Amino acid sequence: MTALAPPIEKEAPPAKRRRRRAPQGGALSGWLYATPTALFVLLLFVLPLILVLQMSGSDWPLLGGNQGWNFPENYQDAVTNRFFTDSVVFTLKYTVLTTVILLALALGLGLLVQESSRWKGLLRTSFLIPSALGLASASLLFYVLYSPIAGPFADLMATWGFTFLGTPDGALWSTIFLIVWRYAGFYMLLMLVGLQGIPDDVYEAARIDGASRGQIFRSITIPLLRPTLALTTVLCVTGSLLAFEQFYILTKGGPDNSTITIVQLIYSVAFQGPNDLGVAGALSVIVLLALVVINIAQIRAFGKKAED
Amino acid sequence: MSSTTHRMRRIAGVLIAGALIAGVSACAAGDGGSAAPESIGPEGVDDGSTLTLWTRAPLEKQANLLVDAYNETHENQVELTVVPNDDYVAKVGAAAGSNGLPDLFAADIVYVPNWVEQGLFQDITTNIDGFDFKDEINPGHLSAGTLDDKEYVLPFVLDLSMMFWNKELFAEAGLDPEVGPANLEEFAEAAKAIQALNKPDTYGTATGLNCGGCLVFTWFPSVWADGEEVLSDDGTESLLASDTAKDIYSTWKDLWDSGAVLPSSQDEAGPTWTAGFTEGKVGLMFYPATLLSSTPFDAGVAGIPGPEGGASTFVGGDGIGISKDSEKAAQAWNFLNWMMSEDAQVGVLAKNKDVVSRADLSNNEYSDQDPRLVTINEVAANGDTPVAINFQQAFNAPNSPWLTLVRNAVLGDGASVDADNDEITAVLSQ
Repeated sequence: MTALAPPIEKEAPPAKRRRRRAPQGGALSGWLYATPTALFVLLLFVLPLILVLQMSGSDWPLLGGNQGWNFPENYQDAVTNRFFTDSVVFTLKYTVLTTVILLALALGLGLLVQESSRWKGLLRTSFLIPSALGLASASLLFYVLYSPIAGPFADLMATWGFTFLGTPDGALWSTIFLIVWRYAGFYMLLMLVGLQGIPDDVYEAARIDGASRGQIFRSITIPLLRPTLALTTVLCVTGSLLAFEQFYILTKGGPDNSTITIVQLIYSVAFQGPNDLGVAGALSVIVLLALVVINIAQIRAFGKKAED
Repeated sequence: MSSTTHRMRRIAGVLIAGALIAGVSACAAGDGGSAAPESIGPEGVDDGSTLTLWTRAPLEKQANLLVDAYNETHENQVELTVVPNDDYVAKVGAAAGSNGLPDLFAADIVYVPNWVEQGLFQDITTNIDGFDFKDEINPGHLSAGTLDDKEYVLPFVLDLSMMFWNKELFAEAGLDPEVGPANLEEFAEAAKAIQALNKPDTYGTATGLNCGGCLVFTWFPSVWADGEEVLSDDGTESLLASDTAKDIYSTWKDLWDSGAVLPSSQDEAGPTWTAGFTEGKVGLMFYPATLLSSTPFDAGVAGIPGPEGGASTFVGGDGIGISKDSEKAAQAWNFLNWMMSEDAQVGVLAKNKDVVSRADLSNNEYSDQDPRLVTINEVAANGDTPVAINFQQAFNAPNSPWLTLVRNAVLGDGASVDADNDEITAVLSQ
């Protein structure tokens, strides 16, 4: 503010009142500039958040509306729900598997298409194309591919006597395959940006020093790629913990309730059965807190390593 | 009345619709007076208003026929919205919370008791009592929509579960195509006989083993056919571990183990559970009667038998009422009044080979042409509609304890029926 004030004073010396107001005017225009963003944050983030917090503490049936406070019973009901533990365990398992597979594959693809070769353009495009498909559309596509009635592998499944989505492990790996197919290109792109940000002369120096390919990868590529790895890990972990569409469309939590993710549990508590927005809100708040903690832990972990 | 005006003043500033509800509920709370029904009138109002109507996808065909016929003959115009089955509760719930329900909406009859209790429908007792054929209206649907002696819901489309068999496949397997199996054991034998034809892509029977609603719809009647019950009268206790019920599970387990069931039935969650039969790839199955007109080949029809014989059916389908948010109750009633008339019941529903919801119309010009309709109407009289407040959570939900019970009993070792049944009771009695 002080940096702004003197020029205004110079330009308008006669108006004493204006001079006194000048800093306020600057503050006002500052607020005006910030207003659109502030409004968006307020309307689309703060208000819904407050509503969810209120819901999580209220007796709030889907069809009946707010019936008054019900705290902390909602939270007790949420953690004693008969699928709560299973869904947390399954979500974590799914997250670990997806993150490891997806990031390893994305890094591999990134290294593959980084070098200039004749097929670079074709490879990059073909890896990236699935990312242009919405997740729900992709899930529907795979629902048909996996279908034992309508799918192209129907005969094969009949001969082998198995179905993709028929067993708990089959359903999990079929879904992971879909997610890897859908997201590998996207994470490859992020890895590629990171890889190309590593200066060539570092590699050159290493090669002159006689480092092998493995040594270069371990001692140069990975450390210098750390910011990108941090970003992709955070993105992938958060996305996987909030997995919903793929399971909602492909498995509906089945077979035998083996693939219920935590977000799916929230949905089913709210809309498929108990129809209790209060308990669903409580579950959402628990998930939100868990996400905040996990993300802080991840960022700290990557930050510390970078300092070492 | 002072309480009425007070209540109205409180709400009127927000919405005219709100005021209308206040009027209705105030009268209902009083001496059963008739301020709102008087304003509705026995015929309702046909003044060219636009009405909105929601229904779920399985009854799309019937809803379209009814709405088209109404729109052709009336000034009022109904706009139909068809919602996928799985999303219907969420959509209605969201609309109810924001006072955005359509004028009319249909509800799966098993959800109706809960939704009536939540106050989603307007009281139309006076109008329903005004029908001189009231005693002929399907009692299962009417009682599902009745709370504290007030009536809120009329039957929209009746959907009965019946045993259908493919006459061609029956003849090929050396079974009598004109006579269906008399009990569950014969049903299983027929399925195995058709499986034994070893025709590619052809199976004995099919069901939806990952679809709670389908299993409720097609397996409960086997229990009723034996004179047993599935729920206690108040709908808070599950009786699905009875000897009859266990007989039914073991028959199906035997069928499944013998390979006579369409393999995709194992994961069938509902969307395509009838497709195999409709395509002629399944010998016989328990099947919704609303699909009679969509079944392209010659099919035999009978009630669903129990282990000892008999015949029963699940009187399902949808009930319909005027929503709490409707500002056009009088116009909406005009649609409901027409829907119950002979024009709609016979001229639209019976013509499409659907079951009429009035017993006095069950013998009509169309049923004379197709004796299967007579069979369906006769069995309908022996049918049942279970009533429970927590029905969705206990039976229809994708993670319901009922699905766990059936899957353990048929696909698993069948040893945990009693424990699984206790889990259903626990959910029902919440």
